[in-house]
Order: sequence, then structure tokens, then C-alpha cells
Amino acid sequence: MKDLFWHLVGISTGLKILLIPAYHSTDFEVHRNWLAITHSLPMEEWYVDETSEWTLDYPPFFAYFEWLMSQVARFVDPQMLEVGNLNYESKATVYFQRCSVILADLVYVLGVRSCLSALGLARDSQQHFTGSMALLLNVGLLFVDHIHFQYNGLLFGILLLSIAALVRQRFLWSAFAFAVLLNFKHIFLYLAPAFGVYLLRFYCLEQATIGSQIGAFLKLLLAGLSPFVASFGPFWHQIPQVLSRLFPFKRGLTHAYWAPNFWALYNSADKVASSVLRGRRDVGSGSASGLVQEVRHVVLPSITPAITFALTVLFMLPILLKLFRSPKNQSPLVFLRAVILCGCSSFVFGWHVHEKAILMVLIPLGLLTLVNREDARFAYILGIAGYFSLFPLLFDPDLFIPRYSLYMSYVAMLYGQLYRVFPGFRGFHVLEWIYMLGFLVIPLYEHVLAHLLGWHQRLPFLPLLLTSVYAAFGVVYFFGGYYLYALGYIWSPKLAKLAHSSSSSAPKRKRKTK
Amino acid sequence: MKSEIIAVGFLGLAVRSIISLYPYSGFNSPPMYGDYEAQRHWQEVTVNLEIGEWYTNSSNNDLMYWGLDYPPLTSYHSLLVGHIGKVMDPCFVELHKSRGFQSKEHKRFMRSTVMAADVLIYLPALLFVCLCIDKTFQSQDKPFLFTILMAYPGQILIDNGHFQYNNISLGLAATAIGAILSDRYYKASFFFTLALNYKQMELYHSLPFFAYLLGECAGEKSTGVFTARISQIATIVLATFAVLWFPWLGSLQAALGVLHRLFPVARGVFEDKVANVWCGINVLWKLRKHLQNEQMALVCVGCTLIAALPSNIELFRKRNKLGFLLALFNTALAFFLFSFQVHEKTILLAALPSLLLMKWWPNEMLLFLKVSVFSILPLLEKDGLLMPALVLTMTFEITFKCVNTTSKLNNEFTLKYITILSNIILTSLVGASLIIPAPTRYPDLWPLMISVTSCIHFLLFFLWGNFQHFTCQNNLNLK
Repeated sequence: MKDLFWHLVGISTGLKILLIPAYHSTDFEVHRNWLAITHSLPMEEWYVDETSEWTLDYPPFFAYFEWLMSQVARFVDPQMLEVGNLNYESKATVYFQRCSVILADLVYVLGVRSCLSALGLARDSQQHFTGSMALLLNVGLLFVDHIHFQYNGLLFGILLLSIAALVRQRFLWSAFAFAVLLNFKHIFLYLAPAFGVYLLRFYCLEQATIGSQIGAFLKLLLAGLSPFVASFGPFWHQIPQVLSRLFPFKRGLTHAYWAPNFWALYNSADKVASSVLRGRRDVGSGSASGLVQEVRHVVLPSITPAITFALTVLFMLPILLKLFRSPKNQSPLVFLRAVILCGCSSFVFGWHVHEKAILMVLIPLGLLTLVNREDARFAYILGIAGYFSLFPLLFDPDLFIPRYSLYMSYVAMLYGQLYRVFPGFRGFHVLEWIYMLGFLVIPLYEHVLAHLLGWHQRLPFLPLLLTSVYAAFGVVYFFGGYYLYALGYIWSPKLAKLAHSSSSSAPKRKRKTK
Repeated sequence: MKSEIIAVGFLGLAVRSIISLYPYSGFNSPPMYGDYEAQRHWQEVTVNLEIGEWYTNSSNNDLMYWGLDYPPLTSYHSLLVGHIGKVMDPCFVELHKSRGFQSKEHKRFMRSTVMAADVLIYLPALLFVCLCIDKTFQSQDKPFLFTILMAYPGQILIDNGHFQYNNISLGLAATAIGAILSDRYYKASFFFTLALNYKQMELYHSLPFFAYLLGECAGEKSTGVFTARISQIATIVLATFAVLWFPWLGSLQAALGVLHRLFPVARGVFEDKVANVWCGINVLWKLRKHLQNEQMALVCVGCTLIAALPSNIELFRKRNKLGFLLALFNTALAFFLFSFQVHEKTILLAALPSLLLMKWWPNEMLLFLKVSVFSILPLLEKDGLLMPALVLTMTFEITFKCVNTTSKLNNEFTLKYITILSNIILTSLVGASLIIPAPTRYPDLWPLMISVTSCIHFLLFFLWGNFQHFTCQNNLNLK
């Protein structure tokens, strides 16, 4: 196989450019507003200004990034930088912002390249090609970054660079990169425990003497905290205000569109239980006809942010423990699984989770797909559910055919690649097939049946509900099944042999004492 | 691998649906608008008027405003689509009142009809012809060929961008080609007749079909089998024509009326700048000053036949399947270069065989296909499709490099040299036309230069194609 990495970069860039005129969400205006306030207002007012409802709620590094971009923006169309110009959308603005996302994806490209080589994959190998395709042409990023509009490519690029550094045992760089990432978007805090445990155990505690252990720990603190100093430093007198913006008390256990997590199932169970207990009086005027911000539970106990936090942390502990106790040669593999499961735990049990957060689980999973066939199996199932659950973000009718065809193309291609990377791939269980094929029913209902039955007027939010709940089953199934697998509970001698023989991750054994 | 073919098919649909987001021909440009309005108008005419009135001038049907000028199958298609549109919103096709109708919903509707044709006819036909090639030539090139066929920018930009239904006629023609490759002559005749009745431009492909089928029949030793075969083919063709043209077979006048619409001599030898020999000659020697339209038409017919005959006679005498594909390519180019009233979009008729010939001459055909998109750039630029055109072409080339498994590594020095030179010329012209505005004395400078450059390329490819046809016997022993 030739090294087709840069060809795939070219194809994905072409596709992204073609998507420039596609529908974009309010996130476009969010970023335009941030360009405006970082450019036109003094720093003291960045986290104070409320001219637009889309206030700055990312950490300062992202604000500096917007400021940097605004320096170019003023040559493109200075009117986009006026704070009062709400919803300004000139053609130049659209092109500028869209292209900035495409350019920022360079960081993502570097991150992918770095990770694939850190995993020890030769550039002309089938696995390298599959990884490049799965990550560079990732349909989730196309949907969220290049249509809906966000900068996740940039952020995941930094995450991948951090992971690559860690696998290569460049621990301080890894900590530094991860800290930088946290200062761009703090949602990645959910992955911090995995990084923290790993660095503690395999960097600090690996040192020979207590003295050098403490030394290592201090170096780690330095590497990890210096980005925070650089980022929050200029705002030292405003820290409470900044923090209040970063961690707003968001009302509602679930977002208006329920992310496919445990609480979606919990909400539905509550609805079903309440309608069964009270008779059919309340169905129809419930949440299927209008998604309320705050879902009040009728039958089941109500959930507070504290409960969600406790559950999230609780479910992170087992894998973190396993990571701490894992043998050195397995550690990168367990680390990646820990990152995935910490992210997944926060998705499944978190408070007011956005469906886009599933990418935090899916992108690292893309790396493990190349390494081990059992991980690949689980990754594929989560992908089917996870990427499908992004459809409601692209609700403009012009986007129906693009979203379905891009999704189908991606999952079909990935399916073929699985068989190429793992000869003799054992495929999926009948029930898993039934679940995956079941997704076909939802578009069939939404676009055909609902109109034939006239239900699209009566129950306009039913397709969204179906998407959330059906995908949630897949997500929770993945969480449970993959967790048990990662902890080593579903272990048969045959599987063990398969896992060891197909696991070709051989991280470079560079003994660099840093 | 099956899942990968499925992935490529869906990717093709995805790209088409994304190009559909861009503007169409004649968007916001009264009074005549463009091809999009023409198609909408045909729906209006076919839905509201009696069949007999479709091709005739009347107070209800002003032929000067986008009168129907494609054969009956297009009209029936417009009727079907028009009725669906009427169900969605009667304003789409209201007689007279819906002229120049534009709305977001209407665009969505029209675009989806093109994509429906892609899904139902074009993409399956492409897959079919790839399967036939693999079966006939005992190869495994299906993934490569299908990807390239699906990704060809010219067809996507014209059908899903500018707005036309070439996918239907090309799909039917592709099915017919596949049928010839599989030795199914009756199916081939049927599908080709359908293609011809959708767009009369398919005449560009007709000679090779005729030559091959006649040759196959003539090759039969016994006169009985010969007669039987010929009559069966003739019956299929004539019966199909009869069924489709039935409403106009009542009187000679009606039939001639339709034919007159299909072959408008009065419109002159060319409109706009076309990468055609006559347009090229016209730069130095104004044809309209020296020749009447009728005379010009005869000159065109004559030259076209002279240009197309060598390849077709060769095909008649020595029928081999690769020769058939080459003859299609050569004939389509001959017609494009020398015919009367050629539109730049008809280069797609040469592009189809060229895409199939990718199997044997990947690098040469890649250059041809790039020039084919280059030649329609002025048209696309008017529609606001320049950026997608350039992006799609670059992506097409990158995709080619990814999937080109036929390891014909470009060791030939001349070819490499010519390709590099051509690429430089094409890129420079595109760049120059974007940066340097045309001087006021020659406002059409850039389209003209693009046409002439494309024309020279097409002429060279025409000669190359003929050369290959006459020498392919020696290189490949194929029937």
C-alpha cells in the first residue's frame, strides 16, 4: 500500500471547502461575536460583555485564538468585528470563518499523523491507511465542525498530540499539551483523571528514589500549571467572573435535545411509567410535543447535579484503578481505554450533556480500532449510534440527503476496512446487527410515515425523541460492554489469544529520561 | 469489496447533494433565466397542455420561451416530475403564472428529482457497466472504475449544479454499452433507443452501436441468421420509437414539427464559445459572412461523417470490445468537433467512453477529463460554480492517485512531458482569467482562449484515439 495520508488530507479538505455554503448553526454567530469582542473590547471586558447572548464561555486560550484570528479578519471584512453587528453574515464572513476551521484542522492532521506513528504503525501499512481514513474523513467532525460550525478539529488535534507524546513517553510534553488543551476548552477536564493517574504512576512513581519521584512530580506540576498561568494570568483580578462564565449553572438534566445518554433513558422510563400509572391523559402534551428545558420527573426520583457528578466520578474509578495497576507494557493500551471510558462516563452520566460530546469518546476510539479487533467491534457499534445521534444538529431540509449519504458512506467504508485490518474478523452478533439495522426505521418514520400518518404535525419532536432514546441504548450498551471488556471480565482463552496476537501496538521503547 | 462499493456509491450521492446546495443556471436572472427554468417550464407545459400541443407554437405554448427541444422521453419525464411537483405545490407548474418561479422549496424539489435519477438510473448503470467490463476483460477493476465514474466532476457540475438531466441519457447509454460488452445485443438496442429518445445528442454515440451491431450480424455465416438478427434488432428499435412517438405519428406534419424542434437549423452553427473546430475557425474567418445556415449545416454533416467514418469502418470490419469503446470515444469527439449547434455540455458524451477507457490509459484519460471540465468553466462561472468546479477537479485527481491500481506507472517520457505542459497551460489560463480582467476590446478573451485551448486538446485526443483504435489489434488479442 502506498502512503496515502496526504491524499486523504487533500480529499477531506476538498469536501470541507465544498461544504462552505451549507447551513450553519448559531455557533457561527457565537464565534463571530467572540471575534468581535476580543478585537474591539479591552481584555477586562471580554468575560463581562453581554451585548450578545452568546457570551464568552471558553477559557482564555480560546479567547486569544479568536483575537489572533480577528487580526486577519479585519482585512477580510471589518464589519464582522463590530460588537453590535449581531448575526452579521456577509459572504466574506462566512468564507473567512469556514476557512479558519479548515486551516485550524491542520493541527488535527498533525495530531493524527503523530498518533499513528506513536502507535508504531508503518506509513504504508493497511492499519495506517484505515486510521487515516477513519480520523481524517471522520463524519462526526464533518458534521459538527464543517457544517454546524465549531473548532473541534483544533481541540482534538491538541488532544491527539498529547496522547501521542504520552505513548512515546515524553511525559512532560504530554502534560503540557493537555494543560494547553484544558485552557482552550475545559470540557476535556473529564479526561484529566486518566492523564493524571497515568502520569502519576508511570512517570512519577517509576522513578528510582523518593527524591527523584518528588522531583518528577514537581516538574509535572510545572509543565501542567504553566499554561494556566499564561491563560488566566491576565485575568487574575477577574477569576470569579471568568469561572462563572466557564461553569454556568445550566438548568436541566438534559439539553433541549436529549443527548443519547443514561438520562435520556431515565427520562423516557419516567414518562412511560407516569403515563402507565396515570392512564393516557397526559400523553401528547408531554415532552414529545415540546422539549422543556427542565424535565421534572414524576415517578422516578429527581436528579440533581451532585448526583450526576457522583455517578460520573464513581464510574471512572474502576478503570482508573486498573490503569494504576496495569503492567508497563500494556499501559498505553489501558491508558487509551481509560481516556475513552472516562469520557464515556461523563457522557453517560453527566449533567446537561451535549450530543456533540460523543466525539470525545469516538475520536480516541478511532485509534484503538486499529490495534485490537475487540476494541474495533465495540468502536463500530458506538460509531453507528454516536454519529447517528448527531443528525438532529443538521436539521435543515437541504442537509437531509448530505447527512444520510455521508453517514452511510462512512460506516460502509469503515465496515470494509475492519475486514481488511483484521483478517477473519468475527463480525457482529445477530442482536447487534438487528440493533444497527434498526436505525433505518427512524429516517423512514421521520420522512415517510410521519407525513403519511399526519403525525408530523401532532408529534413534531417524536423523531428527535426516537433518535435520542434508540441511540442511548447503543451508548449504554457500549459503556457497559466495553467497560467489562477493558477490565478484563469477559475473558476467554480464545479471546485472550486473539487479543494478544492481533494487538500490534508496539509503542516506541525510547528510554528518554525527561 | 461490496461494502466499499456501497461506500463509494453513497459518497457519490453525498457529493451530488452538496453541489446541489450551490446556485443553478439562471438563478435570479430574468427575463430568460436558464436551464433550470427551462426544465420547470417543460413541466408546466406537459402538465397543463394536451400532448399534441407540446411541440407546437400556440398562445398557450410560446416556443420562443424555452420551447421543448428534446425528444418525447424527456417530455414524458417532465410530465411525471411535473405531476409530483403539482402535488407538492400547484404554484410550481401553474400555466403562465409560474414563469420564473423561484423558491427554496422549489429548488429542493427540483434538485431532488435530479438526485432521484442519479439513484435510480445513473449510479446503478455505472455499476452495471463496471461489472460488464470486469466480466468481459477478466479483470478486477470494478472499485477503481466505479470510483472514477462516480467522481467525474463534469457530470456532477452540469446535472446537480447547472441543472440538467444528462444522468438519465448517459445512464441509459452506459447500460447499452454494458449490454454490448456482455453480448446482449437486443438489450443494447433497446436501451440505446431509450437513451436516444431522451436526448438527441446521443446520436453522437449512434454510429459505433450501428457499426458494431451491423457487423455482428453480417459476421454470421448464414443469411438466415443474419436476416433474423437484423430484423429482431430493427423491430426492437422501431417498436420503441413507435411507442414513444405514437402521439405524433398521426400526421407527417406533427412528426416533422417535433423533428424541427430537435434539429434547429435556424439557430446557427454555434452559440457562445464552444471548444469546436467551427468556433475556432470563426476567430479568423467569420463563417456567418460566407455561408448560409443550410449550407453550413451540410458542411458540418459532411465533415462530421468524414471524421467519424474511419473508426466506425474499422469497428465494422474488426469488431473487438475495446475497439467499440474507442470508437465511441472517437465518434463522440468527431461529432463534438465538427457538428452543427454543439453546446459545450455535450463534451459529457465523449467523457463517458473516456471514463471507461481509464482502464487501459489511465493517465491519458485523466488529462482528457481535466480538459473536459476546463472547457466548461466559462459556463460554470456564470452559474457561480467556479469554486466547486476547481475543488472537485483537484479532488478528482487526488482520488485517481489513491485508487489507480492499474500500475501503468507513467514511464513514457512523451506522455509525462505533454501532461506537465498541459497542466501548466490549463492552470495558467484559469489563474490568468481569474486575476486579469479581459480588455474592453475583447471582452470574451478568456472564454475564447479556453475554448481554443480545449479544442486543440480535443483534436489531439481525436487523432490519438483513432491511432489507438487502428493499433489496438496488435497490442491486445481481444474479441
